[in-house]
Amino acid sequence: MKRHLLSTEDLGRDDALLVLDTAERMARVAEASVRKLPTLRGRTVVNLFFEDSTRTRTSFEVAAKRLSADVINFSARGSSVSKGESLKDTAQTLEAMGADAVVCRHSASGAPHRLATWVRGSVVNAGDGTHEHPTQALLDAFTMRRRLGRVDGLAVTIVGDVLHSRVARSNVWLLATLGASVTVVAPPTLLPIGVSSWPVEVSYDLDAVLPKTDVVMMLRVQRERMSAAFFPTEREYSRRYGLDVDRAATLPEHALVMHPGPMVRGMEIASRVADSDRSTVVEQVANGVSVRMAVLYLLLGGSGEVS
Amino acid sequence: MASAAASDPVSRRPGIARTVLSADDITRIVSRMAHQILEKTSGGAGVVLLGVPTRGVPLAHRLAQRVQAVEGVDLPVGSLDPTMYRDDLRLRGVRPLEVTEIPDGGVDGRVVILVDDVLYSGRTVRAALDALAAYGRPRTVQLAVLVDRGHRELPIRADYVGKNMPTSRRESVAVRLREIDGADGVLIVSPEASPTGAAAGPGDRS
Repeated sequence: MKRHLLSTEDLGRDDALLVLDTAERMARVAEASVRKLPTLRGRTVVNLFFEDSTRTRTSFEVAAKRLSADVINFSARGSSVSKGESLKDTAQTLEAMGADAVVCRHSASGAPHRLATWVRGSVVNAGDGTHEHPTQALLDAFTMRRRLGRVDGLAVTIVGDVLHSRVARSNVWLLATLGASVTVVAPPTLLPIGVSSWPVEVSYDLDAVLPKTDVVMMLRVQRERMSAAFFPTEREYSRRYGLDVDRAATLPEHALVMHPGPMVRGMEIASRVADSDRSTVVEQVANGVSVRMAVLYLLLGGSGEVS
Repeated sequence: MASAAASDPVSRRPGIARTVLSADDITRIVSRMAHQILEKTSGGAGVVLLGVPTRGVPLAHRLAQRVQAVEGVDLPVGSLDPTMYRDDLRLRGVRPLEVTEIPDGGVDGRVVILVDDVLYSGRTVRAALDALAAYGRPRTVQLAVLVDRGHRELPIRADYVGKNMPTSRRESVAVRLREIDGADGVLIVSPEASPTGAAAGPGDRS
């Protein structure tokens, strides 16, 4: 395992499997009557969030606390960042406070990479712009493996706003590394220009793909990142790319429906599908804690030397 | 953990290995330990065997098989990974985690026997005791080891010892079990007489 977790694109197969195996052990801790481990006692984890996120921040916080690390939440709002402090100055402040790990979310793609060059501790990318969100992809793969027993050989379909989705990018790279075959389905306007260089199939027809799908991953339409009209109306988007009850019925019996959250019910996914047995939405949240515990353990659990 | 820590240096470091226990010796020792467990626990009443990975786990299963053969009692067998409770995590690179499998019925009010291959500094056992507390409150905790090689750093002793084996700190003890290594045997590996065979660092303790 390297010192930082910045992307899944440069995460090797062995390291990815090590995270998943470690997460499996961490999940067992949740079954013990005392769910707290002394492993990272005396270590400090800083949650540095420049973008709003309750789900991811809380998940990292729970993970770090279960491992007995001290957690400092540092959000951009109400801090000196809102007074114009630069990322580098913030990094130096954290450095001076002795952070062993910085969990960073930023609206600018690449911000955690820059941060990693400035701090001595480990940096975990918790989502940067439209680039990557590696722990989300790892927890998605972990969820697939727990439910279906494997990731290798699965047909995974990622549907929706691929253009703005760091979850999609991280999943594409990780799933390719782990041997799944990925199809992305979206309106042409919501696919990035470079999609032809990704290890994926591209389709514009959701109905044709679903019957051959083991896992369908629905993405939220990210209005906050949209500066132009990417599709005519919400209704039309929902009709063509939303997972409604009838569409979900065309999936194979064993197929899973995943969503990284937050969901917009009625838009990309129907309520009845989101609440069905094949939906893993709630499981993904629980698995997120196990995977983040695994990542923190693997980055901070040893002497810091690469073994 | 003890076994992994004890056996890795063996393959890395050149030295003279001598076999101290053969496969037949191990079979006889395990058989005797099973009898001792039955004697000391009045026929295995309330006993749960928890192996410490890696090689404590197959040993726990072997003890359970012997107990079954002798007395017809089925003892629950599980595994307990103490890695995340160790006090020396920061002394070296991150350690992979092993499986913890507490048998149905749990450990509350039971006689838990921890099973490991080599007892050395006692730090693995201390960590295992902490790990065990997360899963419940046993009535008694006992310790069974195949080899006690001495050099304790903590006030810990075993209730069942397969073989007391006086060693030097510069030597390492390697337990081989057929479930993991393909064949049974216990070896003591001495470093070569050259000055490069430096004494085992604190990271080699098990």
